[in-house]
Amino acid sequence: MKPTIRKATTQVNQNEGLIFEKSSAGKAAWKLPPLDVPEVDAAKLLGEAERKDLGNMPEVSEIEIIRHFTRLSTWNYAIDLGMYPLGSCTMKYNPRVNEAVARVEGIANGHPYQPEKISQGALYIIKTLSEQLIEITGMDAITLQPAAGAHGEMTGLLMVRAYHQSKGNARKKILIPDSAHGTNPATAAMVNYAVENLKSDSRGMVDIAALASQMNEDVAALMLTNPNTLGVFEQDIHKIADILHAKGGLLYMDGANMNALVGKVRPGDFGVDVMHLNLHKTFSTPHGGGGPGSGPVAIKKGLEPFLPTPVLTTKSDGTLAFDYNRPQSVGRVRAFYGNFGMFVRALAYIQANGPNGLRQTTEDAVLNANYIRKGLIGSYDLPYATPSMHEVVFSDKLQLKKGVRTMDIAKRLIDYGFHPYTTAFPLIVPGALMIEPTESESKEEMDLFIDAMKSIAEEVEEDPQTVLTAPHSTRVSRLDETAAARKPVLRWKPTS
Amino acid sequence: MRYLPKSPADREAMLKAIGLRSVDELFAPIPAEYRLKRDLNIPRQMAESEIVDFFRQRSRENGEGYTSFLGAGAYFHYRPVIIDSLISRGEFLTAYTPYQAEISQGTLQSIFEFQTMIGELTGMEVANASMYDGSTAAAEAVMMAVRLTGRRSVVVARSLHPEYREVLATYATHQGMPLSVADFTDDGRVNLEELEKSMTAETACVIVQSPNFFGTIEDVTAVAEIAHKHGAMLVVSIAEAVSLGIVEPPRQADIIAMEAQSFGVPLGFGGPYCGVIATREKYVRQMPGRLVGQTVDKQGRRGFVLTLATREQHIRRERATSNICTNQALIALMVNIFMNVYGKVGLKELARQNLAKAAYAAAQFGKHGKVLFGSAPRFNEFVVQTSEDPRAINERLLGHKMVGGLPLKRCFPELGNAALWCCTELTTRTAIDTAAGVVAESERSVRSSRAEDVAEVAQ
Ligand SMILES: Cc1ncc(COP(=O)(O)O)c(C=O)c1O
Repeated sequence: MKPTIRKATTQVNQNEGLIFEKSSAGKAAWKLPPLDVPEVDAAKLLGEAERKDLGNMPEVSEIEIIRHFTRLSTWNYAIDLGMYPLGSCTMKYNPRVNEAVARVEGIANGHPYQPEKISQGALYIIKTLSEQLIEITGMDAITLQPAAGAHGEMTGLLMVRAYHQSKGNARKKILIPDSAHGTNPATAAMVNYAVENLKSDSRGMVDIAALASQMNEDVAALMLTNPNTLGVFEQDIHKIADILHAKGGLLYMDGANMNALVGKVRPGDFGVDVMHLNLHKTFSTPHGGGGPGSGPVAIKKGLEPFLPTPVLTTKSDGTLAFDYNRPQSVGRVRAFYGNFGMFVRALAYIQANGPNGLRQTTEDAVLNANYIRKGLIGSYDLPYATPSMHEVVFSDKLQLKKGVRTMDIAKRLIDYGFHPYTTAFPLIVPGALMIEPTESESKEEMDLFIDAMKSIAEEVEEDPQTVLTAPHSTRVSRLDETAAARKPVLRWKPTS
Repeated sequence: MRYLPKSPADREAMLKAIGLRSVDELFAPIPAEYRLKRDLNIPRQMAESEIVDFFRQRSRENGEGYTSFLGAGAYFHYRPVIIDSLISRGEFLTAYTPYQAEISQGTLQSIFEFQTMIGELTGMEVANASMYDGSTAAAEAVMMAVRLTGRRSVVVARSLHPEYREVLATYATHQGMPLSVADFTDDGRVNLEELEKSMTAETACVIVQSPNFFGTIEDVTAVAEIAHKHGAMLVVSIAEAVSLGIVEPPRQADIIAMEAQSFGVPLGFGGPYCGVIATREKYVRQMPGRLVGQTVDKQGRRGFVLTLATREQHIRRERATSNICTNQALIALMVNIFMNVYGKVGLKELARQNLAKAAYAAAQFGKHGKVLFGSAPRFNEFVVQTSEDPRAINERLLGHKMVGGLPLKRCFPELGNAALWCCTELTTRTAIDTAAGVVAESERSVRSSRAEDVAEVAQ
């Protein structure tokens, strides 16, 4: 069988070495204006502290830098090239107007310590975004300081701890479902809470009986992702909240999957006490090859005294200012005010959508995931039949009979012109294929994806070797990760 | 909605394929009593032109057109145009963390080059792919030292950026990591005697910043000696990356926690910036954050992968070296491009111009106000003490469309009417002269009103 690959064709693509290999003395890409103050003698000013040598820093010209990074860029897959169904990561379109407005002079060049009197523009952006996120989540207050989701988790758990502490007992542990993302337990450890695993039931949801028996006065909070990492909405969410609240515990929601809920339901209305958002997922700020993100934390009234400092306030004359006098605050989690440039982009995204656009976006994201689910059922094993929201998790159970695993299928998908889905979790599904199309995919693109996945399922039956050795069309074939970890080479060194 | 690629007919067809009649059925799993039965109370959908207008207006209310003498952890340097041309390529901008190496070689190779250059500049053997910013990098570096030494207490120089100290305190509180603070002396550097006295058998590390919050270069050799003598590690925070062009890096440090914002990252009202941790090879397994390593593919061709992932949260969960997942990759790419543009020679020249501007400015201000900490070397920041409250002087400077130095009273009350001034290659002599003139005027008027007071008393 020769599969028809409709989405992608191979193309000539440039080779490019490391920039250090292009460097040679005397080349330059810089030019400084003449100095308008007297020259200085660095040796005299700095003495011992004067640096003489910059080691192996490169010397290259501007055109070489342009070509270097342009060539490297063509080796990347990206949303701009096609569907990027990385489950849990929400790889949606990153609108270009967001980038344009983030670069407007006063926004790009504002200094964080410039007087508040001439910072009203930035403060207004922070205030407006805060209010809109509060409305979207149904919570009471928010901090935009955390730099990413995991940082938001830490901030949220610090507030949980401070809340319990204020009641006389910080408590000892955090309950975390076995389906949770790795940052959840890692974060609990960072704020010195013990982690206790919570089993999922046969529906892939929190096991209510287990929760009831594990809940006691030592539990500070349950960290719950909702919809959870199977893409399943926790239908007993009110019972879960009640069980926690009855014993004085709090409900923390990991809002990584908020894109399944915006405009349809609000966590604040179903019992959540603390939650974080990922502006780099739900609110379209670009992932940039791994960051930056932004992880605002929204809370209920009772936790407000514990917000990180500073907190934005409106003064009696109507101007905006930061309040640093917050005696019960958990402190500061980052210098300055957070990843402000991401606030700008997220606000521009909300403005471009309005209430109806946000709702339609959520509906399309859920529609797309269910369309894929329907298209792939039968070709792949669906371990949990529970209805899907914004993502669907299959397993490689059927393909494993031929020795083919989720990662092999993922690699073969690359040849078909798609970025793979998520393979690393949830841990409750061995060999998971976690697929999140987002709202940004057309029916056409998804039909191509479904065809590609079905075609791979057929290949597994007829020619598993092709799948096991994929990808076949990339610059490099599978890389030796074991060797990389055994003898790490983490930087270039000159061969002398 | 203009970002959504579907027609009503597409939606109909898809629903039909799924076997549903309405979109509402897709949301049936959400208990009805919680479903939102109204529009979100946010403004209506806006046109692109309206969005641009909104942010232009905010920009005009946000210091547009002011010349600034602010530094203090956020520096205004020139950003070569090609940085934005290159990072705007969708292949960099709209990619995720490079989990799938075969189609992420662009991001991976550029991170490998970033790690190399940070290593070269800091004098360390290895650097990671980035941390959130300089403050969280400092806190994570300290926690790394705690893991490496098996000790828990930390000595913090008071000349470390006050907000970095606050962040460190937040991280340390619940880790059971007691912090003690070592003050600074008349030369603006950490008080070595006090430092020595603070050291105990439980001290995991000493953390100093160099150039420090006052712009003064610490005597890292002396600090390292004290730390190492007591079996502790030395963590050095670097907030002004351009200093590395002309200031000897703290090679005696065990861990360096850096903020690379100065390398081509816009001020952006405080973020996103680019933290990074660099250290010695032998400590790499306790490093937080992502690392890219070189390897080969099946045909033996060079390639790059994320490596040593067993340190990280997705493998190690509650025993990970950190909870960090998303980092600052695109900002690290800005930094990377900047380092290429200036390179081995340009960085030095750039740093030299910063040094010269600050030296000139300090001399000008010194004619009227008092420049503190003059006996130790400094880079591009300095502290000026005036007779008048610097906030009053700054108020007048605003009239010249200038933002004066950062008043220090809130964090360092003992310095009196002091402010932290910064000059970079972009600060013009004219601006320096104007600002120094306003300070001179302030001193003259304080002196003449004092003279009047004296005359009155005499009468
Ligand atoms: C469910 C879930 N929780 C938490 C995180 C961590 O968020 P971040 O990468 O922004 O730190 C992620 C994303 O990676 C996630 O998918």
